[in-house]
Amino acid sequence: MSKVPAPKKLSTENLDFYYGAFQALHGITLDFQENLITALIGPSGCGKSTFIRTLNRMHETVKGTRLTGQILLDGKDILKEDVNAVRLKVGMVFQKSNPFPKTIFENVAYGLRVNGFQGGKAAIQEVVEKSLVKAALWEEVKDKLHQSAFGLSGGQQQRLCIARALAVEPEVLLLDEPCSALDPIATAKIEDLLFALKSETTIVIVTHNMQQAARVSDFTGFFLLGMMIEFNTTNTIFQNPTKKETEDYVTGRFG
Amino acid sequence: MRHFSVELEELNQTLLEMAGLVEASIHHSVRALVEQNRDLAQQVIRDEPLINSLEMEIDGIVTRLLALRQPVARDLRFLTAALKINTDLERIGDLANHIAERALSLMHHPLVKPMTDIPKMASLVQSMLLKCLDAFVRGDADLARSVLLSDDEVDALRDAVYAELVATMQRDPGIVPAAVDLIFVARNLERIGDHATNIAEDVVFLVKGIDVRHHAEHFEKTESGDLAK
Repeated sequence: MSKVPAPKKLSTENLDFYYGAFQALHGITLDFQENLITALIGPSGCGKSTFIRTLNRMHETVKGTRLTGQILLDGKDILKEDVNAVRLKVGMVFQKSNPFPKTIFENVAYGLRVNGFQGGKAAIQEVVEKSLVKAALWEEVKDKLHQSAFGLSGGQQQRLCIARALAVEPEVLLLDEPCSALDPIATAKIEDLLFALKSETTIVIVTHNMQQAARVSDFTGFFLLGMMIEFNTTNTIFQNPTKKETEDYVTGRFG
Repeated sequence: MRHFSVELEELNQTLLEMAGLVEASIHHSVRALVEQNRDLAQQVIRDEPLINSLEMEIDGIVTRLLALRQPVARDLRFLTAALKINTDLERIGDLANHIAERALSLMHHPLVKPMTDIPKMASLVQSMLLKCLDAFVRGDADLARSVLLSDDEVDALRDAVYAELVATMQRDPGIVPAAVDLIFVARNLERIGDHATNIAEDVVFLVKGIDVRHHAEHFEKTESGDLAK
């Protein structure tokens, strides 16, 4: 828990988001501090997943949506930049692990290749190993790098997806309920991994598991009905929230 | 290492830091009394705010970990034990402070007679505290139980001190002010023994998960849903 506020890496300014005529997000203004973990919590349908998807412009893959407001990465509006460049800097890991139907090695190397990685074979090998080490998966897969990724367990597949996201060295890592399909041991591995990654990456995690938010994050934002009700240190949110809605949600009285 | 384990270790270190200060305070207050050493008494009084601030720090850490980490099993017992040991240590710090104040007051009065039972009580409660802290550090329930046995001895010594001082006061009312100070010292030492006993009981609970307070062992563990033996 850092006492001095870290510089803000990513922020949104007055973000509104619509699916057709339905407004899913109402004026979200939020700062994500560098090298810290921010958790977004709230009941189903509160807009937390919609929100995290806007942070690397994944929302643009859904037709009929509209976004107003600003999303600033290091002060620059990502909505005005090249979308591929944005996604290189802001990586995403999804709820359901989605390895490609390729080998373990190729899953991690893929991002490098499609982004025109200049290094040779040895350099790619090095990045793949480094990424798998960072994702705490290397020891488990180093002897079967050229086997299909589908042979891995659910937890391993999720860490493979994290390794794939890390290969391009993103500055921000977004995770949308990354552990909801995993058992407690696999979940603990991912959580420990997040602590290890924090020193070099700014992390945003959406979770409907409040205990997970409490365990892993430095800051927590509570969403309800498309609005951000409260944003505070995780300590404050779980010990002494300022809003009644937050208190009711974290104590399990509704939601 | 798990992140939570690191946090628990930090809490452990803070508790030990507090225990070290408290131990030193008792030691200094008793020496201040026996040796009529003003500097040592004043050091105890100076250290008390440090102990108080550690108490608040430890409460803060435990509350945070309870709120954020959903501790279970030994982790949960460790955190609840830490809260209680914290309170006992802080009280012991207060009592050491009271003894230091009495030691300063006694410097204005002639000693009733060379002290024998009070130093004996002091060394007994100091050894109780050392043992229960050692038991805490090593997770040694047997050592903790050995502390429980010493409490009766401390109580007996206190009774002996009371009786002797009352008899002396009846013979010589001129020593009443000094005797009252010493009665309070004996009372404070006896209370330190009680707090050490509490800590020892918490250590047994921490290590074994068995509640030995108020002879609760006789009730067995049926209430918590475990199989009765």
